[in-house]
Amino acid sequence: MSETLTPNAETEKSGHSRRMTLNMGPQHPSTHGVLRVVLELEGETVLKCTPDIGFLHTGIEKQFESLNWQQGITLTDRVDYLANLSNNLAYSLAVEKLLQVEIPPKAQWLRVLLCELTRINSHLVWLGTHCLDMGAMTVFFLCFREREDILRLFEMFAGQRLMTSYIRVGGLALDPPRGWEKRVRSFMETLPSRVDEYETLLNTNPIWVKRTKGVGLLPVEEMLEMGMTGPCIRAAGLPMDARKMMPYSSYEKFDFNVPTSTDNDVYSRYAVRIAEIRESIKIINQALEGMPEGPVQTSAPKVVLPEREKMKTQMESLIYHFKIVTEGITVPAGEVFQVVESPRGELGYYIVSDGTSKPLRVHMRTPSFGNLQALPNLIEDRMIADSIAIMGSLDFVLGDCDR
Amino acid sequence: MLPEILKENAVAAAMEQADPGMLTGGNNDLNELTLEVVPEKILDALRALKAQKFERLSTVTCVDRYPMEPRYEVVYHLQSVSRNLFVRLKCRVSGEKAEIVSATAVYASANWYEREAWDLFGVVFTGHPNLTRIMMPDFWEGHPLRRDYPVHGFKYSYQNE
Repeated sequence: MSETLTPNAETEKSGHSRRMTLNMGPQHPSTHGVLRVVLELEGETVLKCTPDIGFLHTGIEKQFESLNWQQGITLTDRVDYLANLSNNLAYSLAVEKLLQVEIPPKAQWLRVLLCELTRINSHLVWLGTHCLDMGAMTVFFLCFREREDILRLFEMFAGQRLMTSYIRVGGLALDPPRGWEKRVRSFMETLPSRVDEYETLLNTNPIWVKRTKGVGLLPVEEMLEMGMTGPCIRAAGLPMDARKMMPYSSYEKFDFNVPTSTDNDVYSRYAVRIAEIRESIKIINQALEGMPEGPVQTSAPKVVLPEREKMKTQMESLIYHFKIVTEGITVPAGEVFQVVESPRGELGYYIVSDGTSKPLRVHMRTPSFGNLQALPNLIEDRMIADSIAIMGSLDFVLGDCDR
Repeated sequence: MLPEILKENAVAAAMEQADPGMLTGGNNDLNELTLEVVPEKILDALRALKAQKFERLSTVTCVDRYPMEPRYEVVYHLQSVSRNLFVRLKCRVSGEKAEIVSATAVYASANWYEREAWDLFGVVFTGHPNLTRIMMPDFWEGHPLRRDYPVHGFKYSYQNE
C-alpha cells in the first residue's frame, strides 16, 4: 500500500498520445480477491503496471508468536483458503522435523491423499473462475459442482468445509470416518469423465483458444529471477516440483509424472493444471489401493494427546494430557525451512524455535507472493484485454499473498 | 572461519575459497545448510552463490532476537534447481543501526521480500529501489513483527484496567 501509486500528473500531460491511469481493484471481479493494480495505459497498451497488495494482511505471522505450537495449526488454514491442507502439512512437517518424530505410514498416506484432493479442489476453483473471466460461464458451474463433492468429503472427516485443521503435529486429528474411503473411490471414478467434459468445452472453443494461446509469454530465466513457482514455471518447461525434488510425506513411494509444457503461455498453464488434476487422481487411487493399516498418530506421549481411555485409567497419560493441554508441547531450539508443493507452487515454512512452547518466528514463503511479483513483467507492453487472462493464469490467492 | 563439519561441504568450501573472510560460521543441523555471513559482504556472498548455480532466491526474512544484541537476523533462502540444493544465509544486524545492503542488485525477486522485511521489522535495505510499506497501510507507525511490539498494538489494550 503505497502513496507512490497515485496518478503521476506528468505522464498524463506528456505528448499528444493521451496516457491514462486506470485503477483496477481492490474490488474488481477479475483480480480474484482484494488486489489493486494501477495500470498506465496508452490506447489499449499497458505501459506500466504496479500491483498494490496488503489489503488482506491479517498479521498471521505475528499471531503465531502468541499461540503455542498446536494452536498454530488453526492459523495455517487461514493463510490460503483454497489449500488449507497443504498449509497444515507444511507447518506440521516443519515442527515434526524439529521434534524428530516419525509419522506412521497410514498418516503419511492419508496426508498425501488429502493434499492431492486439495490440489484438485484448488485447480477446479481456478479453472472455473478463470473461465468466468474469459466469458465461458458453463465451466464455472461444472467446476463448482465437482468442488462441492470435494468439500463434502472434507466436511465428512473434519466437520468443516474450508478450515479443516485436520493434519496435526504428530499425525492426523482423527481416523477418517467409516465409509469415507468408499465415497472417495466413487468420486474418483466419476472425476476423469468430468475433466474430459471441461476439456471438450474448452480445447476447441475458439474464443478460449484465441484469448489464451500465445498470451503471457515470459522467458523461464526471468520467471526464476522474479520468484515464480508452481504450474506457471512448469508450463515454461522447467519440471520444478517439490514432490519430486525433495519428497516429503512418502511422495517418493507414489508413481506420478510432473506435467510440463514448453509453450509458456496462458493456454499451456491451463493444460498443465488439467494434466495435474489427472496426475492427482492417479496418486489418490494409488493411496487408496495401498493404504497401510495402523494408527494415524505417532506414539510420542509428549507431543500427541493420549487416548481418552488411557487418560482416565493411567496416571502417566493423565500427566502428559495435563501438560500438553495447559502449557503445550515444547519444541527443541533450532530452525527449519520446510518446502511443500502447494497447488500454486512452492510453499515454504521457515520456523525458528527457542526451545519454549511458543514459536520464536514463523515465516511463510507463499507461492502467491512470488508469482504476483512477476505480474508487471508479464503484462507491461501488452494489451489491456490480455492482462485479465494473464492475471487469472497466475492463480494467486490474496490471503496467501498478504498473510 | 568455517567450522570443521562444513569443510567438506562443496557449497561452503567454494564460498570460503572465493573470499576467506566472508563466512563467520555455520552448521548443517537437521540436514539444512546454514551459513553465517558478515553483513557487509552479503552481496559478495549472493554473487558467489549465483555463480554456483543458485538460480533463485526463495525468500528473505528477518528474525528478531530481542533483547539479545545484535538483535536482528536477516535470513536468505536460496535454491539451486539444477543441483537440487537449498542454502540458508544469515546476517546478524544490530538494533541501533539496523541496516544491510539490498540484494535486489543480484536477485530481482528480493524487491518485495525486502519491502516486507522492512515494513514488518524496520531493517533498512540500503540501495533498494522502492523501500515502501507493502503489507501495512502507509500511515502506520512502527514495525509490527518486532518482539517489543504488542500483539494487540499500542492503540488498544485488552488488559483489565
